[in-house]
Amino acid sequence: MTKKDIGLLILIIVVGAIVALINPRFLLPINLANTANLIGMFGLSALGQAFVIITGGIELSVGSVIALTGVLFVDLIANKGVPWPIALAIVVVLGAVIGLAHGLLITKLKMQPFVVTLCGLLIYRGCARFYTGDSTAGFGFGQNFPELEFLAAGRSFGVPNSFIALLIVAVIMWFVLHRSIFGRYLYAVGKNEEAARYSGIRTTVVIVAAYMICQVLTVLSSVYFAMYTRSIAPSAHGNFYELYAIAAAVLGGFSLRGGEGSIIGALLGVVLLQELQNLVNLLGIPSSLNFAVMGSVILIGVLADQQWSAYRARRQIVEAARAPPTGAASEANG
Amino acid sequence: MSSVAAIAPVSAVPFLILAGIRKTYPGVVALQGFSMSVAPGEVIGLVGENGAGKSTLMKILGGVTQPDAGSVTIDGVQFGGLTVGGSMRARIAFVHQELNLFDNLDVAANIFIGREPAAGGFLKLVDTQKQRDMTAPLLKRLGASFKPSTPLAELSLAQRQMVEIAKALSMGARLVILDEPTSSLPLSETDKLLEVISALKADGIAVIFISHRLHEIERAADRVIVLRDGTLAGTLDKAEINHDRMVKLMIGRDLKAQTAASGRPRGAVAMRLSGVRTSTYPDKQVDLELFKGEILGIAGLVGSGRTEVARAIFGIDPVFGGSLEVEGAPYAPREASEAVARGVFLVPEDRKGAGLLLDLPISQNISLPDLPRHTSNFMVRKASEHAVAETQRRNLGIKTPLVTTLAGSLSGGNQQKVVLGKWLSMQPRVMIFDEPTRGIDVGSKAEIYRLMRGLADTGVAVMMISSDMEEVIGVSDRIAVMHEGSISGVIGREQFSEENIMRLAIGKPLSAGETA
Repeated sequence: MTKKDIGLLILIIVVGAIVALINPRFLLPINLANTANLIGMFGLSALGQAFVIITGGIELSVGSVIALTGVLFVDLIANKGVPWPIALAIVVVLGAVIGLAHGLLITKLKMQPFVVTLCGLLIYRGCARFYTGDSTAGFGFGQNFPELEFLAAGRSFGVPNSFIALLIVAVIMWFVLHRSIFGRYLYAVGKNEEAARYSGIRTTVVIVAAYMICQVLTVLSSVYFAMYTRSIAPSAHGNFYELYAIAAAVLGGFSLRGGEGSIIGALLGVVLLQELQNLVNLLGIPSSLNFAVMGSVILIGVLADQQWSAYRARRQIVEAARAPPTGAASEANG
Repeated sequence: MSSVAAIAPVSAVPFLILAGIRKTYPGVVALQGFSMSVAPGEVIGLVGENGAGKSTLMKILGGVTQPDAGSVTIDGVQFGGLTVGGSMRARIAFVHQELNLFDNLDVAANIFIGREPAAGGFLKLVDTQKQRDMTAPLLKRLGASFKPSTPLAELSLAQRQMVEIAKALSMGARLVILDEPTSSLPLSETDKLLEVISALKADGIAVIFISHRLHEIERAADRVIVLRDGTLAGTLDKAEINHDRMVKLMIGRDLKAQTAASGRPRGAVAMRLSGVRTSTYPDKQVDLELFKGEILGIAGLVGSGRTEVARAIFGIDPVFGGSLEVEGAPYAPREASEAVARGVFLVPEDRKGAGLLLDLPISQNISLPDLPRHTSNFMVRKASEHAVAETQRRNLGIKTPLVTTLAGSLSGGNQQKVVLGKWLSMQPRVMIFDEPTRGIDVGSKAEIYRLMRGLADTGVAVMMISSDMEEVIGVSDRIAVMHEGSISGVIGREQFSEENIMRLAIGKPLSAGETA
């Protein structure tokens, strides 16, 4: 964990302690479990977003993809009688194809990530609404999928299974991002795509893979969201979820310029965001202020972080300047 | 070429005197006991290796930093140091290596940026005509061939430098400091710049000319000041200025700057280009053979298509016709990764942008193209990366104690060695260097030449693109000259001369039967 991560963790604990003091219901198992469930679901899509942001890109279609694959998944298992594992495979493949398409448009056809995924946001939302005829997709009376419901909405030892799924995915993704060759390539591409290409890295493959990972994780979260809400209004489901994911990554120390950020940072970002949501509910703040609170905290957080780094850099120079000069050597640049 | 010195009487009274300047930074003495003077109409060459103290001296003259001791005297008034405002009042102007110009404006607008003449009225509209009228005489003084209304985007690099100089004149400069003005200029353009310097001199304006290209200093300077390790290593008067003396003062010893030709017979063909067409010159063809164990210099004017050929060979740019072979086998790289897999490596022109990841450590830069070798079970092993980087650090003499140092914190020469180390830790067959020593000090240059020669001696085919005439002639075994997208001639060592290369570079043939 970096210093930044530890700082974020302390912030989470301090905010948690204050909320718990004001409203002890914060610590009730039912509240913690609910929050953990939300962390699990939002965390999966945030991790996906993190891979794209590392490359210096952005994925804005997340919310719409959650709506589209959500209605598809529910329709397949509730109305079309498709066994849920096959339905899951279908939506995961669809996610991978969407990611592939975005990646190829961005790398091969040199379109800007913002434009490609903004169009995706509009297209998939439209598709979702058209697919259901703008009506809510849900399960019929008495329809049950015991294994799926256990995996998606159940708990093990009191811990929501969505949260456990997030932890498993996070561990795998930690190794992928921080230890594997692919992770190294991701950082290299994010820091300087040109230099990465000149080092013989197939940068297009790396970037396309990042968008595919993002969409596959998004689809996973979409299944969790679908089984959590159990009814999906295609015009509203998943709205703004891409922004939650981006906000979590930014809070967690990712740079939108690419090349910076860690899995732990992204996870802590998600935890803090959900804690804030919870805080709004528990402290009786009007829920209409929800976004305003989130926005302010992110703004202050990023600002404080940058100012702190600048302050530390200045301190270092001041301290070095106080030391007696050592013997003649050469200056840094002649 | 001695015309520069011939014009204009040099007034003997200096208007700027530095005496006993000392400047220290934490842990470093950047300048010590340094003194110099500048008289009107004098052209002073300032040379020294990177880190010799040139930048600090410039900062003191620009008022960006103040000396710890010593004095600056301007027109007889003595100061402890200058402020930025003081430097401007003393009418000292700088033309930096990176020009501060706007591509989307015309020449006149660039010259008067921030000081636009207003046509009056509430909106303070820019009086474009007045601006152009004020620019015209400045351009005339410099002998510029472009107009005040020419868009900057249409100008060559040397012409843009003229714009910067015109800007300095418009502010009434009497000392113009040119920082490495020729390092990215092609030969023909360099001549133009030297003419501008003589025009300034004729007007009684003093010039301080900083350059690593000693031949240009030889041609332009009335006096050369050599810095070494923050002290004045020596001053050479016009008659004493020559290349070897400057080098000796700069590094404090004699330097066999150029590597001798290998003298050994060249090996088999390592790479063959047949009728290769690139996107910049799709109507021209490049035919070239590169032999094992040789250094093939590629000379030519900037824009003659040399870098494009290198990029095509390395799989960065697509090839639009013709074919390539590596060691007899067909070779058609679609991406750099395919070139790397075949042992064809490029040390690119843009070291910071394309050669290195500046905010990664040296070790990760070196391992990047070869990561699969440093892994077990898909996980990167840092110990293995470190070991290889450590070997390269020692072999190449990268001056830093730790391979975990960020590449961006190294000097230019050491950065270039890291780029080299990246490829040397693999098995090169063909190494292409694009402007390998641009912006690198004399000592590091010599080391890079030695490394290139060492590579060739182990049987690697080395191709070196360079705009530095001295370098091409000193280092190459053969020289291929490009002109507007095709090879205008290949010459052997016995024909090496600046004149021959220049003729081919501008597309004139050598005298009959001379082309090898």
